[in-house]
Amino acid sequence: MDYNILIGGSAGQGMDTLAAILERVLKRKGFQIFTVRDYMSRVRGGHNFIQVRFGNEELTSHRKSVDGIIALNDETIRLHMEDLSENGFVICDEEISFADERVIRLPLKTEAKASGNVKAMGSTALGTVLKLFDLDMSCVEDVLKLIFARQDIATQNMGALKRGFELLDSRYSIEPADSDGSILISGNEAIALGALAAGCKFYSAYPMTPSTSIMNYLATKMAEAEVVVEQAEDEISAINMAIGASYAGARSMTGTSGGGFALMVEGLGLSAMLEVPLVIAEIQRPSPTTGFPTRTEQADLKFVINASQGEFPRMVIAPRNPEDAFYQTVRAFNLADNYQIPVILLGDQYLADSTTTTRPFDFDRVKIERYLSNDDFAGDREYKRYELTPDGISPRIIPGKVPGKTVLVDSDEHDEWGHITESAEVRKAMNDKRMRKLEYLKKELQEPDFLGDGDFETLFVAWGSLHGPVKEALKLLNKTGEKKYAALVFGDVWPLPEKLLLEKAGKAKAVINIEQNATGQLASLIRECTGIKCDGSILKYDGRPICAEFIIENIKLILTQKQLFLEQDE
Amino acid sequence: MGEYRFCTSETAWCPGCGDHNILEALREALERTGKQPHEVLVVGGIGQAAKTPQYINTNGFCGLHGRAVPPAFAAKVANRDLTVIIDSGDGDTYGEGGNHFIHNIRRNADIKHFVHDNQIYGLTKGQASPTTDLGHITEVQPFGTVNEPMNPLVLALSLGAGFVARAFSGDKDHLVSVMLEAINYKGYALVDILQPCVSFNKINTFQWYSKRVYKLDEAYDSSDKRAAFEKAAEWGERIPIGVIYKAEKPTYHDKIEFLREGPPLVDRPVNMDKIKGLMEDFK
Repeated sequence: MDYNILIGGSAGQGMDTLAAILERVLKRKGFQIFTVRDYMSRVRGGHNFIQVRFGNEELTSHRKSVDGIIALNDETIRLHMEDLSENGFVICDEEISFADERVIRLPLKTEAKASGNVKAMGSTALGTVLKLFDLDMSCVEDVLKLIFARQDIATQNMGALKRGFELLDSRYSIEPADSDGSILISGNEAIALGALAAGCKFYSAYPMTPSTSIMNYLATKMAEAEVVVEQAEDEISAINMAIGASYAGARSMTGTSGGGFALMVEGLGLSAMLEVPLVIAEIQRPSPTTGFPTRTEQADLKFVINASQGEFPRMVIAPRNPEDAFYQTVRAFNLADNYQIPVILLGDQYLADSTTTTRPFDFDRVKIERYLSNDDFAGDREYKRYELTPDGISPRIIPGKVPGKTVLVDSDEHDEWGHITESAEVRKAMNDKRMRKLEYLKKELQEPDFLGDGDFETLFVAWGSLHGPVKEALKLLNKTGEKKYAALVFGDVWPLPEKLLLEKAGKAKAVINIEQNATGQLASLIRECTGIKCDGSILKYDGRPICAEFIIENIKLILTQKQLFLEQDE
Repeated sequence: MGEYRFCTSETAWCPGCGDHNILEALREALERTGKQPHEVLVVGGIGQAAKTPQYINTNGFCGLHGRAVPPAFAAKVANRDLTVIIDSGDGDTYGEGGNHFIHNIRRNADIKHFVHDNQIYGLTKGQASPTTDLGHITEVQPFGTVNEPMNPLVLALSLGAGFVARAFSGDKDHLVSVMLEAINYKGYALVDILQPCVSFNKINTFQWYSKRVYKLDEAYDSSDKRAAFEKAAEWGERIPIGVIYKAEKPTYHDKIEFLREGPPLVDRPVNMDKIKGLMEDFK
């Protein structure tokens, strides 16, 4: 059982703070949370909303229908009334009028003013919501102290919230689950924490929504975690810096969105050619060009797989949720060091900004593997940066750390010592050496997550952040219908793991790709790699995230049309 | 070559190119620092000058065109024990890499920037560079360059650089002394090194520079910023060489508290308990 609360208003009205208070209070009361943020690319005005969904079972995505609305302006009511459930409610100030019996007009402003701060009217509304759901005031004070740095403001909000609590009677009831010490975290925060756990010491980036929160988080932990965060003059500098720091031995990372990644492309090739490990977080937003800066899309898959001139090995991992993002970020650093390649973490705004309750990360699972050979070269053994080896991986030493040994790297084609060459034989040997790493890398691939019913007829394929929505859709579809559904959700997307796909697709009556883009890029990649052609697509590219309801509506449509088509055919 | 620690190897430069002397001067300056080759990193971008890391026995990083500065900066941040020297050309530094040149000065990391400035593009065969004088005829500028040349020294001064110098490849001993002073300076040091391009610059030749350059004498006060602006701007019949401006400034490492003391970043272990503790923020 779960409820879905929407908080809406214009930018600058403090929705972020309200949502942060609400989700934290609910989390501390033991509920599972999934919060999705829908905001415009502006600092003031416009219409923004956040949906806080809470319940006593696992929540893996947001949903469209809402049970309660906190409307900080009348536009919120107009825009979201159609999604409100029949016995839902709207809380708004008495100044707003709207003809619908579900709308509860209250003296929010007046009560907030009486608490000493009219800006605390949102907290008054939160108080009413807690009361409506028959929840008590425990944890509220602690959360307010955490959210508001200034004690006087925390006190004012506490007063406003208490006043709100007295305005209404309880209406609904829901038992919390045991939260079991879970954490409430967004995808970008999980990536940043994963980077710190992996021993990232240098992060250079240029701010770009929706990737910036990775940099923000790391910057607040600079001294504590001893990580240098440098705001570069542009993305070209950002990636070249990260490569320089990595060359000198510090685990390094950069992050951006599609537009910034476009500028980084030459640097991507540099990391591969120099064989300097690098982790890049590419957090997608609708594109091309500026696109929808604050919204979500998965349309950079083929771009990141193919970016840069020339041919070289790279790895692309699409984290599926915050928990996955944490472990995959650690893995990305280890893979980058092992194979001396660029590894791209391909996220999106939905993953980046949505917060969800998840099991605390298990730091015993975190292993930092550097694959350095400093000690092997302490003696007389000659050091060749690009020594030809059976697996293509040359021993790596850190410049300055082995007396008598120097490290020469070059973006020109080079020989084993790193010297420029024009030799046809050396060129071929070096190209083969680099590409050989890809063959070994393929042995480390993680197969996609298999979800749903083993006795399926329809197989969905999806990737990255759609894991949660697909999981919820399967739960709903398999609960009712006779024909069962399953899904493969890819985390490793390049190189594409094929084993489980071939096995499951072979059994499926229909394979349907679900993607947050217009052309079905995963389907295209699957066809390229395996010859499997998807039988239908569920695609969304309006910048708004796919939810379970959308998948269910569309799969029914597709299967109905298919049925009609078959009948006509006969 | 056995007697040198920093031995140099055969180059692909034209006979008579100023790069030869600059490489020799770099070698000599490094010998005099007492450093070992593994303690030095030479970084280049792309271009004839940018091939320098290929020809000297140090750690070397030949990166992308225009992008020598960002990796050099970051390598120094990662390991401040490395002596980091950028050797690249005027096109690489002031043209393709102009943005990095500007913003790196603001960072003031302790790295040295030796720009081989021959006022022309060598690798791509003779097009105008950002420092090419007005009216210079090339294949791409058949009616003469119409864009004003930039003055990197004035620009660096205006951005607050703490060490700004000019040298001439034709006066090797002087060049060595300027390089050495730059290496010993704590902070970002720019040395713009005038050099002839025997193949593609038939105007600013060895003789052209030789006739014009003069050394700043002992009476010159390199701590006087106003005088420095004047000397930096002096171009034409007479061109001053030497240390134009030098002042102490906090370096990048000085400005970041946790980098100021303790071991280089690269040697710092990961405090896993501390990182694990960060999860408390999310409870």
